[in-house]
Amino acid sequence: MNANIRWRRRLDTAAEKIIFGFAFVAIAIIFLIFVYVAREALPIATGSVEGITLVSPFTAPFSWQPVSGAPKYNVVPLIVGTLKITLIALLIATPLALAAALYTAEFAPGSSREWIKPAIEMLAGIPSVVMGFFVLIVLASWIQSTLGLDFRLNALTAGIGLALAVLPIIYTVSEDALTAVPPHYREASLALGASKSQTALRVVLPAAMPGVGAAIVLGFGRAIGETMIVLMVSGNAAILSLDPGLPARTLSATVAAELGEVVFGSGHYRVLFFIGTLLFIITSLLNWAGDRFKRSLRIRLFGSA
Amino acid sequence: MRKAFDRTFVALTLTATIVILAMLAVIVGNIVIHGKDRLSWEFVSASPVKGMTAGGIFPAILGTVLVVLLMSLAAVPFGVIVAIYFAEYARAESRLYKLTRIAVNNLAGVPSIVFGLFGLGFFIQTIGRGIDRGLYGGQLVYGQPSILWAAMTMAVLTLPVVIITVEETLRAVPREYREASLALGATRLQTIVRVILPQSWSGVMTGAILAISRGAGEVAPVLFTGAAYFLPRLPTHANDQFMQLGYHIYVLATQSPDVDATKPLLYSTVLVLLILTFLLNITAILIRNRMRQWATR
Repeated sequence: MNANIRWRRRLDTAAEKIIFGFAFVAIAIIFLIFVYVAREALPIATGSVEGITLVSPFTAPFSWQPVSGAPKYNVVPLIVGTLKITLIALLIATPLALAAALYTAEFAPGSSREWIKPAIEMLAGIPSVVMGFFVLIVLASWIQSTLGLDFRLNALTAGIGLALAVLPIIYTVSEDALTAVPPHYREASLALGASKSQTALRVVLPAAMPGVGAAIVLGFGRAIGETMIVLMVSGNAAILSLDPGLPARTLSATVAAELGEVVFGSGHYRVLFFIGTLLFIITSLLNWAGDRFKRSLRIRLFGSA
Repeated sequence: MRKAFDRTFVALTLTATIVILAMLAVIVGNIVIHGKDRLSWEFVSASPVKGMTAGGIFPAILGTVLVVLLMSLAAVPFGVIVAIYFAEYARAESRLYKLTRIAVNNLAGVPSIVFGLFGLGFFIQTIGRGIDRGLYGGQLVYGQPSILWAAMTMAVLTLPVVIITVEETLRAVPREYREASLALGATRLQTIVRVILPQSWSGVMTGAILAISRGAGEVAPVLFTGAAYFLPRLPTHANDQFMQLGYHIYVLATQSPDVDATKPLLYSTVLVLLILTFLLNITAILIRNRMRQWATR
């Protein structure tokens, strides 16, 4: 065999190994993310830091006072704050995004569809710190005076800001799901005499439902992890309350606000990494659920994943 | 009755669409109107003075650009190689492929603040401290927040963007190209380097631009890995700290003792960041559209 060909074969095998190696490193890094965040929180599981255990952050007394004579690291107020703000964001963003997705996929005249989708997706291109800035400087005072709230920065304002951030995700994922519904579904419905909106509501939307589920779940995951907007406009007070008019503090904002000043290796430091681990696990589960929904949509529409 | 319902329903969905587009217009419009007056060559080329109430934001622009450049140097080649693995080598039933697939998809949904924690725990505390112990006798050189570690953290964050975009273009290259090349006796590697990649440069560009746009706007990952509010000197080494546009906006907007005095400058800084990310995004969209047209031709 020609020496040149043999050399090329060898190069080819080497390249294949290198490419496999890189793919392996890619997963390694991704597992390392979890490992290194969880590792800094690990001493909590072994009970060796300032009396903090895996259970104590969740049991009474429910207060988060990390900087005091007797620091209290209870994450329940933070979880309640996170869920409160996230729920407000989803309640605002989901109907708007879904309606806009229906319009784009079902009713919009062909030429306008071309630019509506990229335009709405531009919203996703606005950095979250810019969104936070806008809500803080422009919206917050307006919302406070319109609704007569006692606090300028509160859970409702943060929820509205967060809605702006999750809107594009819910819109894009559900619009993709609606457009994926094969045209013969619509044709059959219209041929039976159904109107355009009946077809959209009773045929296309139900067929695309798993995709809508994916959109909401993925939006939920994004909302839970979003940091800068809530850090800037939620008021950051760890109050255990369901009142949307009160300031609130989220898990992500707590990490962002406190890790900079924390003593390395202290109980406070460990608890913040513990919160990071929680966020990683929660968002991973939501992500996984979103993927399952997308899969079941593909199986439903095309018979295979 | 049915017609009325029909018309109302379509009108409702149209209204929602208009509301969303109007919000986008209001946000962008407000920032452009309030930010444009202070925007000048001096503003983007000078350093801030008088406690951020005058002067420019050059150090923050430079810091942002340096971080995304370092980030792309790591994320783009790495992402392209992983994408090549996905599109050209991986067999759908192999375990490595399934694991990597799940991992990459999941990575895209991990909150950016968690990447910040990872950067601190892995790059600074582990790698940085390790280098210091091994090469500098324990002296603090790399074991602290710096432009290098911020860029590496950002690279991990933007990796899925590059992988997913590049993989999409690689898969768009028609099968016949590969078959023709292999049939002519080219090896797999030659096929990839000489046939597939030249057809996919636009995807690589799009991936890089999307990653840069994401990296330019993210603040949470650099909060503890290297960003500083004010530095008297520009960064000169990989282990220097840096100023960053997004971080600058965050601190000025939330911790300034005199918000009214800094507000005009703040608006212009936001406008600069917005122009930067929008230009990058639009470029990516244009390249992608052209690519899709080419693919369907």
